[in-house]
Amino acid sequence: MSETDSAQVKRPPVPPATPGTPAPASPVPARLRWAAVALLLAAACYAPFQLVPFHVFQLTMVLVYAVALLGLNLLVGHAGQISLGHGAFFAVGAYTTAILLDRWDGLPHLATLPVAAGVAFLLGLAFGVPAVRLRGLYLALVTLAMAIFLAPLLKRFEELTGGSMGLTLTKPVPPAWSGLAEDQWLYFLTLAVAVAAFLLAHSLLRSRVGRALHALRDNEIAAEVMGVRLSSYKTLAFAWSAMFAGAAGCVYTWVIGFVSPDSFTVNLSITLLAGLVVGGLGSLFGPLLGALFVMFVPSISQDINDAAPGVIFGLLIIAVMYVAPTGLAGLAERLIKKIPRKE
Amino acid sequence: MAGFLQQVVEGLGAGAIYASLALALVLIYQFTGIVNFAQGELAMFSTYIAWQCVAAGLPFWLALVLTLAVSFAGGMLIERVIIRPVEGAPELTLVIVTVGLFIFVNAAAGWIWTFLIKDFPNPFPGGVLEAGGIHVSVSTLGVLGVVAVVMGLLYALFRYTKIGLGMRAVATNPSSARLVGIRVGWMLALGWGLAATVGAVSGVLVAPVLFLEPNMMGGVLIYAFAAATLGGFDSPLGAVVGGLIVGVAETLAGAYIQVIGSDLKVGVPLVIIVVVLLLRPQGLFGRAVVERA
Amino acid sequence: MRVSAIGCTALLLLAVAACGGRDSGGGTTGTAASGQCQGQQTTGITDTSIKLGGIYPLSGPASAYGDIPKGIKAYFDYINAEKGGIKGRKVEFVVRDDGYQPPKAVEEARRLVEQEQVFALFQTLGTPSTTATWDYTNQRKVPQVFVATGASQWGTDTAHPWTIGWQPNYISEARVYAQYLKTEKPEAKVAVLYQNDDFGKDLFGGFTRAIEGTQIKVVAEQSYEVSDPSVDPQMRNLADSKADVLLNITTPKFGSQALAADAKNTSWNPLHIVNNVASSITVLKPVGFENVQGVVSSSYYKDPNDPTWANDPEMMLYRQKMQQYAPGADPNIPYHTFGWAVASSFHKAMEAATCMTREGLRDSVRNLKGVKVDMLLPGITLDTAQGDGFPIESMQLMTFKGERWELFGQVIDTRKEFGPLTG
Repeated sequence: MSETDSAQVKRPPVPPATPGTPAPASPVPARLRWAAVALLLAAACYAPFQLVPFHVFQLTMVLVYAVALLGLNLLVGHAGQISLGHGAFFAVGAYTTAILLDRWDGLPHLATLPVAAGVAFLLGLAFGVPAVRLRGLYLALVTLAMAIFLAPLLKRFEELTGGSMGLTLTKPVPPAWSGLAEDQWLYFLTLAVAVAAFLLAHSLLRSRVGRALHALRDNEIAAEVMGVRLSSYKTLAFAWSAMFAGAAGCVYTWVIGFVSPDSFTVNLSITLLAGLVVGGLGSLFGPLLGALFVMFVPSISQDINDAAPGVIFGLLIIAVMYVAPTGLAGLAERLIKKIPRKE
Repeated sequence: MAGFLQQVVEGLGAGAIYASLALALVLIYQFTGIVNFAQGELAMFSTYIAWQCVAAGLPFWLALVLTLAVSFAGGMLIERVIIRPVEGAPELTLVIVTVGLFIFVNAAAGWIWTFLIKDFPNPFPGGVLEAGGIHVSVSTLGVLGVVAVVMGLLYALFRYTKIGLGMRAVATNPSSARLVGIRVGWMLALGWGLAATVGAVSGVLVAPVLFLEPNMMGGVLIYAFAAATLGGFDSPLGAVVGGLIVGVAETLAGAYIQVIGSDLKVGVPLVIIVVVLLLRPQGLFGRAVVERA
Repeated sequence: MRVSAIGCTALLLLAVAACGGRDSGGGTTGTAASGQCQGQQTTGITDTSIKLGGIYPLSGPASAYGDIPKGIKAYFDYINAEKGGIKGRKVEFVVRDDGYQPPKAVEEARRLVEQEQVFALFQTLGTPSTTATWDYTNQRKVPQVFVATGASQWGTDTAHPWTIGWQPNYISEARVYAQYLKTEKPEAKVAVLYQNDDFGKDLFGGFTRAIEGTQIKVVAEQSYEVSDPSVDPQMRNLADSKADVLLNITTPKFGSQALAADAKNTSWNPLHIVNNVASSITVLKPVGFENVQGVVSSSYYKDPNDPTWANDPEMMLYRQKMQQYAPGADPNIPYHTFGWAVASSFHKAMEAATCMTREGLRDSVRNLKGVKVDMLLPGITLDTAQGDGFPIESMQLMTFKGERWELFGQVIDTRKEFGPLTG
């Protein structure tokens, strides 16, 4: 975004028509950025002692969605591939955890995290191989079909998955030394996973992989000419992204303690993608803003019109895209950029 | 053998339904280059308008004409009001806008007309034809006939009219099209209007079979996508042939392949989409697009 | 500066959210009764008011059920305005939307219990949403009464005394059909169409168990997903079985499709049994009454579309009060009637309670003795006892003649015919 853009008042700048236009790399000094993150983290640690359990639960779910969106952001925002089926990887993580906890009594909850993430990673890798050959909307269609196919598939393997009745699991019990209530303990577990996911995503993007992905997104052919191996990086992006979704699904199972095919319908996949785009593709805070949107906007919609909340929810999605074609994070940046000019 | 043929006929009946919506998807893709996730919901909404007209006492055919006109105007209006502001935004932004539209239209229909099943008149007579032990209902034949006519009209539109030419230019390269004097904005609005009209035909055709309620088209959408992908997103003929193939394949797989059974047959469109995209991405009847970097 | 400013904005959001302190509410602060009911919870209930919370899908693909709370609200508005509420207490009914998604149901249950401080959850809809929330409500000792799902676990489970169903469970309904076939067609060959979820499986499973040891056989079965566009292919496959009975376990739209497919197929004419969920006149009418003659089903509450009840006093009251208190809602929607019936059942249960406390409600709904609810069919009452957590277990068979359902035979009490249902 060049300086002249901010002079345009009404029309937002028109970004190039590739899926996943990023918010521009910010020229902010790294120190300041980390200060903001640290501040946010401090607030996140302080919040559960101030909030009623219900709000702590809501924040926990925001973090769960944020982890999934971080992964989706890798794929959509950084690798430029559209997935309308990430709910499926989320479900794979959730079900892996649920089945492990269901089969082995006394298995520590934390032990399920690497397994769930690993299984999702492998599936993502397997799926990434054909996905490499698909572009844009075609990939969206395939992933959408995958999300639709998941529910009947889960019901078919009733022995393992509990069929349509689902599985009810125990939640992690806070250890005595912590002195925390169950909701607070769950919150901190989720926060830890979210922070780890954030750091992992950040270091991934700063590594060779991240640079390669950006090169691919911005100009595939040029990147290939420069020697970036297209297919292996795209496959990897899919796998990493599935892994984050799987980890989020795992934490979801800890928090909700119940999985069923109805929890992971195609709506989840669509909501996740909508949340990410609304939050802001390719930006640092996009997944968090998107998670806030996914979590809170449905209930806000109901407060506005309880006869048909869907009417408001649909309109809000359209309205956000209207006001902020690059997402809320992009909108925030544009607004902030204007402030010093007025002073 | 008669059993098998009967299954094929059932599949064709289902396929005709998928094909009718796939035609609308192909049309809007041709005009605007986007995949409209709300197309099925718009079709459902149009069908409610037709139902409302009939319930108000209009004769069926007049109601139909009125509905098609309203749908055309409505489609153009949606393009003007909802799509225009995000024109030129990333593809994904447009996709999400159509997702928002999907949720909005579905909820609005439930709000206005409730979720009770509406009694929708069947434009075709009720009888069943029989030949060699195989039963075909007149209404299935009627749906197939109408789908064929719409396909023919679209083909003629794409191939022989100036609008078709302009539309292809806009979809391929909007800025060049503008330079040669094509009114790009109007072409896009026209695309939405025509797609909504074809969608309305689809809705009216399937309502007597699927029964009209707000979620009528939700299940059809993925099959219509599979049909359009199989046939090629730029070919009306492809959409129809694709729809019929998807319908027959799904029905036969559900009936004869034990592992799939009736619960997993929704996997059939998934497999079709993946296989087609891997082997022949442009679809059976589509033209391969050569991209310049 | 930009990114940190976004961070600060997010921080601000958190800080705003944090304003409600940990100890300023949150359900940890319940109130307790004194006197005879000493020590029992009175959260959400005073001498003049009761606050109830319900969770329904108002958005998403299952929004049809969102009509139930409208009937409930109309009933409560009516008794609040004209009858002085329940035992002098005005009822406030808070409805929340879960979109039929279990995680959302958990969130809304916590909102209702911790933030809204409701007395009880009066209905959660759907087996998944109820299963996702019942551990929580039972831990918090909040009554979760008359849940709107017919899964049998609400009655057989012993670890969740605070949760109870209302409508006949799907297994009991299956028993009614099995009982009918035993006398009418003892050697029936049955083809089954069922929805592939908890509802379809429970009903189908119950039927299979109920016909064990008889000459009745299931010769073909086909399932469908709610995401399927149509059940025509399934009906085609069932027709090949040449069964002489078709058991149609579907929800409304698919029920219409199956009835139409059966009517269309002139070479296969089985006895068509359609389950209660899809038996409303509104499901049959679009198929054409001439096509559904002789179809059999069973029922437990009055269908507003059935002319049989046109002059029934309760139905007339219902129509009048719906018009008055829910003017936009169509009283012909059976879900509204369902809501009315379940709300008046709740009214009766509260009236029967010895203590107006959460414990009082829990004990009352598990100790109902022949409670008459006027919207239920004549002869059907609410009955529960120690070890019997199913309020309604009786149904009556009916067959479709002309333009209405005709009830026939006696009310079938499945407890008597098959013994109690156990987990």
